Amino acid sequence: MAQQNTTPNQAEPSAVGEYAIECRGVTKRFGTVVANDGVDLTVRYGEILALLGENGSGKTTLMNMLSGIYHPDSGSIRIAGKEAVINSPEDSMALGIGMIYQHFKLVDVFTAMDNIALGTPGRRLPARELRTKVEGICKGVGLTIDPAKRIYEMSVSEKQTVEILKVLYRGQKILILDEPTAVLTPQETDKLFAILRRMREQGCAVIIITHKLGEVLDISDRVTILRRGKYIDTVNTAETDEQQLTELMVGRPVSLEIDRPEQGELNSILKAVDLTIRKPDGAIAVDDVSFEVRTGEILGVAGIAGSGQKELCEAIAGLYPAEKGAVLYRKENLIGKNPREISRLGVHLGFVPEDRLGMGLVASMGMVGNMMLKTYDAPKGPFIDTAPAREQAEELVDKLSIVTPSVDTPVRLMSGGNVQKVLLGREIVSKPSVLITAYPVRGLDINSSYTVYDLLNEQKKDNVAVVYVGEDLDVLMELSDRIMVLCHGKITGIVDARTATKDQIARLMVGGKEEA
Amino acid sequence: MLRVIKTEEKTAKQMMIIRLAAFVLALAAGGLFILALGVNPLKVYGTILSGAFRSKMAVQATIKVMIPMLVAALGVTLAFKMKFWNIGGEGQIIMGAVFATYFALYHADWPFFILFPVMLIAGIVGGGLWALIPALCKVRFGTNETLFTLMLNYIALYLVAYLQEGPWRDPAANGFPKIPSFAASATLPKVLGVQMGWIVALVLTVIVFVYMRYTKHGYEISVVGQSQATAAYAGMNVSRIVLRTMFLSGAVAGICGMLQVSGSDKTLTTGVAGGIGFTAIIIAWLAQLNPFGSLVVAFLFAILEKGSSVVQSDFGLSTDCADVLQGIILFFVLGCEFFIRYRFVRDNARKAAAVKGGEG
Repeated sequence: MAQQNTTPNQAEPSAVGEYAIECRGVTKRFGTVVANDGVDLTVRYGEILALLGENGSGKTTLMNMLSGIYHPDSGSIRIAGKEAVINSPEDSMALGIGMIYQHFKLVDVFTAMDNIALGTPGRRLPARELRTKVEGICKGVGLTIDPAKRIYEMSVSEKQTVEILKVLYRGQKILILDEPTAVLTPQETDKLFAILRRMREQGCAVIIITHKLGEVLDISDRVTILRRGKYIDTVNTAETDEQQLTELMVGRPVSLEIDRPEQGELNSILKAVDLTIRKPDGAIAVDDVSFEVRTGEILGVAGIAGSGQKELCEAIAGLYPAEKGAVLYRKENLIGKNPREISRLGVHLGFVPEDRLGMGLVASMGMVGNMMLKTYDAPKGPFIDTAPAREQAEELVDKLSIVTPSVDTPVRLMSGGNVQKVLLGREIVSKPSVLITAYPVRGLDINSSYTVYDLLNEQKKDNVAVVYVGEDLDVLMELSDRIMVLCHGKITGIVDARTATKDQIARLMVGGKEEA
Repeated sequence: MLRVIKTEEKTAKQMMIIRLAAFVLALAAGGLFILALGVNPLKVYGTILSGAFRSKMAVQATIKVMIPMLVAALGVTLAFKMKFWNIGGEGQIIMGAVFATYFALYHADWPFFILFPVMLIAGIVGGGLWALIPALCKVRFGTNETLFTLMLNYIALYLVAYLQEGPWRDPAANGFPKIPSFAASATLPKVLGVQMGWIVALVLTVIVFVYMRYTKHGYEISVVGQSQATAAYAGMNVSRIVLRTMFLSGAVAGICGMLQVSGSDKTLTTGVAGGIGFTAIIIAWLAQLNPFGSLVVAFLFAILEKGSSVVQSDFGLSTDCADVLQGIILFFVLGCEFFIRYRFVRDNARKAAAVKGGEG
């Protein structure tokens, strides 16, 4: 099927300025949920369009319709000026659309060039020819990559480069990237943007999906905003600013300032000493780190995803074995103890793990069942007592305005923001002296994110030692008091968030040394 | 082309309707099958019902069929709630029966009021230990519990075959390989005309329900079943919970075996489990792992089983026909679970809608 269609961009040269994609009134329902409601989206050749919206606003649904995974219930999609029915990813590719997902679709044991050539019609090129061809494309857009390198030897950013090359190799002129910068360091992001700009000059149409406002303003020509599945507006990037974009995205004016209250009583409460953690596969996750956590402040933890944040948090919480070193809480070593032993020591450790429904909560239980997760064993006797948990759950619903049909509704049916409120709320109700939070605002809308920041600040004011593992540098710098930067499991620096610069932290994230 | 998509969560009422519809469809499909055999399906269905209820004796026989199904289903429920796929109910039933039989054969001189609790405990220990083997290996070495429990079934089965040909062979049976019949002190008396196992089954139903719903152990089982990471996060000792629950799961199956040898068969044969360990999985699953649900489903299964045996004699349909009928009903009832989670949509219709929307 794919072979019969001539690729449109080859058949008729696409003129810069013409519409590459023209969606009109696209609607998609899942059961009773309207994921896309009359969405208009246009992108021209030689243009970068940012698609902006909070989680659940329908960005991904729209993209999945362009890539043939879903089909619109109504509305029309025109590609390169022609009405298009996209029934499969194959159709989409044949129409000249290249998708780059957050999770790369690459064969790990193949080389870059084999991945690039994989699935393209026609005779398989000899290695040398293929190599020359790939290198030619690389030169064209200023990419550097070794075509013979295997995927599993590559960094995340290199893998992304291969994905881009796949699109270019197929001569696809429309490139869609789903949150491409989530996995990149700031430096890699700059490099990616340079490539995208080069592609724009060469007449490609680029759609970049993101919720990071800074990037939108940096890279795009126009911005299309979605909110709760509805098309809100399309604005020219040159004529807008962060405040306006946020308002369009959230639907009302929002203050973008994050509070940073004064530090409380600074007492060292938790101390990691020479901590080394190995993953089950033998790789080092955390490499000989020492640091202390102090009451009355928020310690931010920055680093590229997978730099050891998860293992570090879980080791402190008693969920991950450490190979060497200690975590001291008032002279007691927590390493080697399980969570219940840790709490029996009188350590009030609150932990909001990254995997909320898979670790922090029981997805199939309601709020009541989840509130008692850590305390069900406290009353004497063989029976559980749900009454206090129910009371707590109801209090929490009121206090954090949690939206749920009832406190017995399974938490997996609740929205991401509400799930996080239940989890964080439960940890706070337990009156922790140390509160560790791993990516607590990931996937949350702006409102819920600010609720989380406020809750963490409240804890800090109550002299709780708060650890905030985050991915957004701007947030880390506004919220934390100190920022600890991890790179490949090592601490590359601990800086004062009030005086540090973004550049400085970005350098530390890739292993640069702290400048004296 | 048809495509499968996930549907939104259904309400309890919608799910009931879907399941009822599946049952009606199953009867219709089964009816076609019966019709093809040249028999009037309505009459056959009528006979199934009347066969199960037509007399006091018939009702008693139906209850008798139901007892082991219910007890075994309760055992399976405990393990399945923890997402431990214990399909070794057969083996655990058999081992419970073997342990209980030992006391029936060698301590027949004890009075019933001592022998009964001893045999009950023996059944619990036998079934429980048998279930503990795969649980230990799972916890220690990460073995696959499905294969492990399944294979243990055969070991248990052939152990009984060995016992009846060897050490426990009845010397009075003229060389026929059979285990002696139990003495009166080792058999369960009848209450209201049915072996008193039904009382044990009802009490167990309540106990398992309370255990799962209101105890700390029950709560732990639910959490471990949902996510072991969450259980560890909550400070639970996952291995201990898995071992304990599997022991209990096997123990309940062991009780089932004890009730069978002591209440119904009054001896031990290789047919003591007779597939009940597998039927129990279907019952527990259809009952959504609710003990009282199992009570209802097991009763329905018993009607089907008892009724079909009457159909066999009245219409001259072979046993296999009854099995086919049961299979058809199961196929529909289990198949309808698919429609609770998914639905079909027609591709063409959607394409048409898309084009129409585009023009409008």
